[in-house]
Order: sequence, then structure tokens, then C-alpha cells
Amino acid sequence: MNGPAIEFREVLKVFPKRSGGVQTVLDKVSFSIPTGKTTVIAGGSGQGKSVTLKLILCLMRADAGRIFVHGQDVTDIEGKALEDLRTRFGVLFQGAALFDSLTVYENVSLPLRERTKKTEKEIGDQVGVTLERLGLTGHEGKYPAQLSGGMRKRVGLARALQLKPEILLFDEPTTGLDPVMTQDIYRLFAETQAQEGFSSIIVSHDIPKIFSLADQVIILNEGKMDVFTSPEEIQLSRQEHIREFVRTTMGEIYQSHLVER
Amino acid sequence: MQNNPIARLGDTGVYVLQDLGRMTFFLLKAFRGVFRRPFRFREVLRQVHFIGAGSLTVIICTAATTGMVLGLQGFYSLNKFGAEGWLGSAVSLSLIMELGPVLTALMVAGRAGSAMCAELGIMRISDQIDALDCMAIDPFRYLISPKFLAALFSVPLLTAVFDVVGIAGGYVAGVTLMGVSPGSYIESMQASVTNHDLRLGIIKSFVFGLLVVWICTGRGYFVWEIRGAGFGAESVSRVTTQAVVMSSITVLVFDYLLTAVLL
Repeated sequence: MNGPAIEFREVLKVFPKRSGGVQTVLDKVSFSIPTGKTTVIAGGSGQGKSVTLKLILCLMRADAGRIFVHGQDVTDIEGKALEDLRTRFGVLFQGAALFDSLTVYENVSLPLRERTKKTEKEIGDQVGVTLERLGLTGHEGKYPAQLSGGMRKRVGLARALQLKPEILLFDEPTTGLDPVMTQDIYRLFAETQAQEGFSSIIVSHDIPKIFSLADQVIILNEGKMDVFTSPEEIQLSRQEHIREFVRTTMGEIYQSHLVER
Repeated sequence: MQNNPIARLGDTGVYVLQDLGRMTFFLLKAFRGVFRRPFRFREVLRQVHFIGAGSLTVIICTAATTGMVLGLQGFYSLNKFGAEGWLGSAVSLSLIMELGPVLTALMVAGRAGSAMCAELGIMRISDQIDALDCMAIDPFRYLISPKFLAALFSVPLLTAVFDVVGIAGGYVAGVTLMGVSPGSYIESMQASVTNHDLRLGIIKSFVFGLLVVWICTGRGYFVWEIRGAGFGAESVSRVTTQAVVMSSITVLVFDYLLTAVLL
């Protein structure tokens, strides 16, 4: 597919404050997400990372500006067109957002059962292949409450992959996971992307580790966005808020990561 | 929050209007979801079991004690005029037109309504409803509409059970304990209860069922939009309490309105 997977043009998003006035979360930001690549969105709490994801998914609407997905203007999209658009996305939520009353198998097969006309056998075959690839074979009958945090994330990833998405969105994929599980999730992500070739956006605080996957990094700060094409470019930035971000978020781990590279 | 009282009043007015608009669209989408495919018959049956069969014990207990109290109090009042023979009429009319629909709705709000509200609230704060949206699965068709259908089916049936058990309770108290003639209890009931009375009871039970499921599911679905609800688990508990209180009061207000219009 030619052109960017996602493009923001002068997008503005504000929220009303209880004390009166408004808080500008995205202040006429413009950027594009390249097709088939991985973009990391980073920034402090409340800087609009999750809002950006929700705008892409049309779970929220922009107050001004335009948003394009593969060249299609989706800013005001509604109804059937919106449903069709969403089938092109896969989303892995921060807490995996699995349905508590459904088993692993039922969770993963849900999008196929609801959005396709596949037979039960076809669904079973497809889900079986995905579960095996993600190391979940043998856990099909378990409920989310019986799974560890890492396994829940893997089930969430399996579910997100079922409709063969063109774009995968990850909201803090490794929050609450230990370093081994974090590494495991990133490895699975890299393997899956290599096989499926989707474009991806990862919202993460886990900056040093995520850099090994990123083709582009976007840093959000006070409604503005800074786009970088490499970790080195971030460290060389002369902007004070980026330097502060580098100091507080990356620290020594970042330095050691640069040495490894 | 605004400090100026007039500004605060205006702020509250705007919030109430927004909330009404939100809830109206919610109701319309819930009804639209009933007709969207694929239909969820199994989920409707599961909800009928949860709302209907699950509430049966509490309904029978409430109906039996209410009927017996009506039997005793009715006997006490009617006996003063030597009209205890009309006890069957007093008990059955009170239950069919008034107490049956109202108490059934209040019991369903307390038992099933609170559970529905909490379930949806938890699904909202744990991103499960957003996940449905992201998979292009209509949350109304998938989650809300089956609850609406089940409530509209179950609450009138529960009301009918309430009426029958209540009338039997009145019989036990009036006839067995207080010595009213069994024939006069049954005959006075048959003579005074008309189709119009039954129709009023049925209409009330449908309307109350709708109000309870609408308010309880709507509060849970919009848990983050409710003023003062806060965040996380606390917001769910607050909104659940609010849903039960609000649906109970709305049932009582509509009880008066429907009685005034339809009697």
C-alpha cells in the first residue's frame, strides 16, 4: 500500500475543565505513520497518548483538523463505514480488555464469530494456529481470571490478530509485566509483525526497550508532537523538554542501549 | 466547580440536559440493537434466567409477606364496617393495580438492576466496551439489547407471579387465620377485578421493567460521564447505588402518573 498508514493534519483536541475553560491535549498536531513500520508514541501522563489512539479508532472525535487512514478521510466517519474501518484495526489494550465471562478460545474467536461468516471448523482452525503461534495451546478453556498478566496480553494479541488487521495499535503493552514477560511480548510482537506485515503504533513508557522495535518515535508534550526517526536523533535534540524527557525517562538504561546498538 | 451559585445552577442544568440526551440516544440504540443481526437468542435466554428465574425467590417471599400483611390489615379495616367479606376484592385490587407491579420493579432493580449496572460499569472501566467497538461489534446489540428484551419479558411475568402469590398470602391471613369465608374471599375478588384493572397492571409492569433496565444499564454504560462518580472501582459502586435509587424513584413517580392517566 502506498502513502502513510495514518495521517493527522492540524488535529486539535480539547477537553473542558471542571474549573472552567479548556485543556488543550493536542494542539493542531500533524504527523504521519508510515505503512508497514512501527511507530512509538511516548510522553508523560496526561499528554494525550491514549487520546491519540482513541482519535485514530474514532472512539473520540477531533475538535478540528483531519485524520486519514490509508488516504481515506475518517474524521467524521459514521455507521457502516466506521464499522468497516474498525475491522482494519487490531487493538491490544493496556489491561488486554478480555471478556471475563468468556474462555480464552471464546475471547479469541469472538471477532471471527461476530464479523465473519466462517464455519465453526474454520474458526477453530484459525484460532488454533494463532494460539499455537503465541504459546497458548492448552489454555483454551481457561478464563481470563485464571491467566497471568503476560498470558492475558498474549490472548489480547491473539484476538487483535484474528481479522488480519492492516494496522495494530498497542496501548502500554507491557505495563505491569516483569522484564522477562516484557521481553517475551516484544519478541512475539516482532515475530508477528514480520509474518503479517502490519503497520503498528505502540504507546509506551518503556522507552529504552521499545527503541529496538521502533522505526519512528513521536514524543508528546503539552499538546505538541515531536517526531524522530531514531533514538540518536532524540538524544541530539536541543529542545529543553526533549532533553528533560531523555534525562528522566531514559537515563542510564538509554545510554547502555546506545552502546549495544 | 463554579463558585458562583447562578453559574453552578446553569452548570447543573446543562449537565441534566446532556444526561437526558445521552440516555435518550442510549434507549434508541438499545431498541435498534434488538433488530440488528446476528440475533443473540442464547444471551436473551441467559438474561431471562438471570432477571426472571433468579429473582423468583425474592419475588415470592416479598409477595407472600405483602399479601399476608394486606390480608391482616384489610380484615382489621373492613371488620369495622362489617365488610370483611370484601377482603378478597381489597387484596387482589391492591396487588394487581398497584403493589404487584411496583414492588416487583423495586425488587428487580435491587437484585438484577444493580448487577447489570455493575457489570457494564466494570466492562467500561476495563476497556471491554471499547474493545467491542474496536472489533466493530455493536455493544448495544451484543450487551444491552438482550438485557432490554429479557427485562421486558421477565418483569411482567414476575409481576403475575407476585400477584398470584400475594393473593394466596392474603387468603392464608384472611381466611385461614382470621376466619373470613373462603367463598366470599374468592367471589368478591372475581366480582371486582375487571379486565381494565388487569390491563393497568400489565401496562405498569412493562413500563417499570423498561425504566429499570434502561436506567440501570445506562448508568453502568456511561459510568465515566456521571458527575461525581469518580474513577475506577469506586465509580462503579457509586453509580450502581445511584442507578438503584434513581430507578426506584422513577418507578414510583411513573406509578402515580400512569395511575392518574389510565385509571
